[in-house]
Amino acid sequence: MADHKQSFFERWFHSTNHKDIGTLYLLFALFMFFLGGSMAMVIRAELFQPGLQLVSPEFFNQMTTTHALLMIFGAVMPAFVGLANWMIPLMIGAPDMALPRMNNWSFWILPFAFTILLMPLILQLLFGIGSGGPAGGWTLYPPLSLQSGTSLSFTIFAIHLMGVSSIMGAINIIATVLNMRAPGMDLLKMPIFVWTWLITAFLLIAVMPVLAGSVTMLLTDKFFGTSFFNAAGGGDPVMFQHIFWFFGHPEVYIMILPAFGIVSEIIPTFARKPLFGYQAMVYATASIAFLSFIVWAHHMFTVGMPLGGELYFMYATMLIAIPTGVKVFNWVTTLWRGSISFETPMLFALGFVVMFTIGGFSGLMLAIVPADFQYHDTYFVVAHFHYVLVTGAVFAIMAGAYYWLPKWTGYMYNETLGKWHFWLSTIFVNLLFFPQHFLGLAGMQRRVPDYNPAFADFNMWSSIGGFGFGLSQLLFVYIVWKSIHGGVKAQARVWPSARGLEWTVPSPAPHHTFEKPPVIKDGDLAHGDVTH
Amino acid sequence: MNTQNSRTTKKMLWLALGSFGFAFALVPMYNIACEKVFGIKLDNSVSTLQPLAANAVPVDRVIEVHFDGTVNSKLPWLFAPNQIKMSVTPGKVYEASYTAKNMANYPNVGNAAPSIAPNQFSSFFNKTECFCFTEQALLAGEQKIMPVRFIVSPDLPKEIKTLTLSYTFFINDAATAKLNVPTATTAALVAP
Repeated sequence: MADHKQSFFERWFHSTNHKDIGTLYLLFALFMFFLGGSMAMVIRAELFQPGLQLVSPEFFNQMTTTHALLMIFGAVMPAFVGLANWMIPLMIGAPDMALPRMNNWSFWILPFAFTILLMPLILQLLFGIGSGGPAGGWTLYPPLSLQSGTSLSFTIFAIHLMGVSSIMGAINIIATVLNMRAPGMDLLKMPIFVWTWLITAFLLIAVMPVLAGSVTMLLTDKFFGTSFFNAAGGGDPVMFQHIFWFFGHPEVYIMILPAFGIVSEIIPTFARKPLFGYQAMVYATASIAFLSFIVWAHHMFTVGMPLGGELYFMYATMLIAIPTGVKVFNWVTTLWRGSISFETPMLFALGFVVMFTIGGFSGLMLAIVPADFQYHDTYFVVAHFHYVLVTGAVFAIMAGAYYWLPKWTGYMYNETLGKWHFWLSTIFVNLLFFPQHFLGLAGMQRRVPDYNPAFADFNMWSSIGGFGFGLSQLLFVYIVWKSIHGGVKAQARVWPSARGLEWTVPSPAPHHTFEKPPVIKDGDLAHGDVTH
Repeated sequence: MNTQNSRTTKKMLWLALGSFGFAFALVPMYNIACEKVFGIKLDNSVSTLQPLAANAVPVDRVIEVHFDGTVNSKLPWLFAPNQIKMSVTPGKVYEASYTAKNMANYPNVGNAAPSIAPNQFSSFFNKTECFCFTEQALLAGEQKIMPVRFIVSPDLPKEIKTLTLSYTFFINDAATAKLNVPTATTAALVAP
């Protein structure tokens, strides 16, 4: 079928093409990454010195809350969905996603959802209407969230829309992976990235509705006189924390499992060895997903649980270190005696393995109940989840973006600038988050715009790291921009040792691919040989 | 192919719907987990031990019960126990009291939420009569003594030497609004 000429509006707004929708998701995520990042810059600027200098405490709280909501639901999750849209049909030999129209809808809900989320903040900043954006933390704990102004209703409606979008995206991915694989692409021959996304999609369908339910209860508590979480009416605010984290813990794996998948694609390519323990990787991913449902209360050890509950959640949480350890072991073993080269995607992937593991270890420390009583709600927690989400999820997304960028644009990116981007990001991100471990251990609490002058030095370093990390990301935009507009032509198999069906189509990938199911040759697949 | 996709989609939509329902099912499950598994008494009602109160056999043992009272910031009341602590023999009925005073110049309705510390042992502390069972209305400036009758179960584990009974008074917005409506309408009638 020949490509027919589409107008700009028709191509991007009516699009049902998985590649175009993938591009839209990725650009949206990049925009949200910078918007959420600029809020982080406000936070770090205020924390540069002790005392209140730049913003009011109320605005500071709005920044921390909105930063989290934008980064989680606006940047990391849509970026993974964008990569899934682009790569899954190419990786399994499908002509498109299973439900292309729903795909269009699930993307186009997002800009509206985030406009609604940001509306109270915009109204307050530009027109002085209302009391500003949500400020009670992204976890929306009652009773604080119920005491906030009308921003809560905006936040809840936006979360409902994001949930609908995520669930539709997840259904689409499941239908695509289960029904649209090319003949010969057995489940246990699929690329790891597809596997991790299949499992992530099930997590999304299982827990996004639970988040929707819990915020619906907040909504009826605030506006319709119910008392789910209102102690005065016989409700229990602690119950919100249980329901929220029943969603929240699987959610953090939703943000890391696809990252595991990306890294598992990249490391074998640049180590020039097949992935060590493919099936172990698949089962480890499934185990992590299962365990994520039964460990939620480790986010709330200090809430006053019975001892039996604390012990159970501590041991169950530590159990997760086993499948995660299997994954890290397999990555390291894939590298072992490999013929390694250090292109930008590989640098980001290696950075991921090292720094995600640091975040994993601080997670183990937080899992220890008596220790957690000291760490809880301090900067130690902030350092922990930024190591797993920034140097974990975001670094993996960057790695994936560099890895597949030539396939998307048809041109190689500038390797020198890519390496600069990696090294600047890595140095500054560690300057940003590593001192926060010490701040937390010394007792600096989260979500407060001021602090004891004793914490001044580490905070200044951390802020400098923050500004540096933020500015370094502008380099990424420049590199992508340049790669879209020209450069060295990319081969079909961009990386000579890469395996997988996506490398059998030309670069840039034509608008329509695999309209006839491909005939799969053994050498095309990374995991075609089930005996290895 | 298309029927297969729509079948998968339907299954997944049911799964999503089921998860949404599950979020609400977590509410009764939470109560069951607290009360049945961990023995934390959540409901704010007359003790089921009440019929037993008369024939419960007091045991030869004394524990201390401490009293505490706070008011949520939205309710303009003063509220405090009239005794800091009492020595209590499990199995006997005791009466303690609190004093509440409305500091506002309009009537207010409050509801008290009780809690027992340590909370695992809340099911051993039985209130046979309590101001927390009903709404409490106070006129402007009114002061009221609020009694609570209780019996500590003789089955209370031996290692427990102290229990603390704590109340938090919350404003009952709906009832307060209802109480203040007549004055509002009279004012409205007078105004024109």
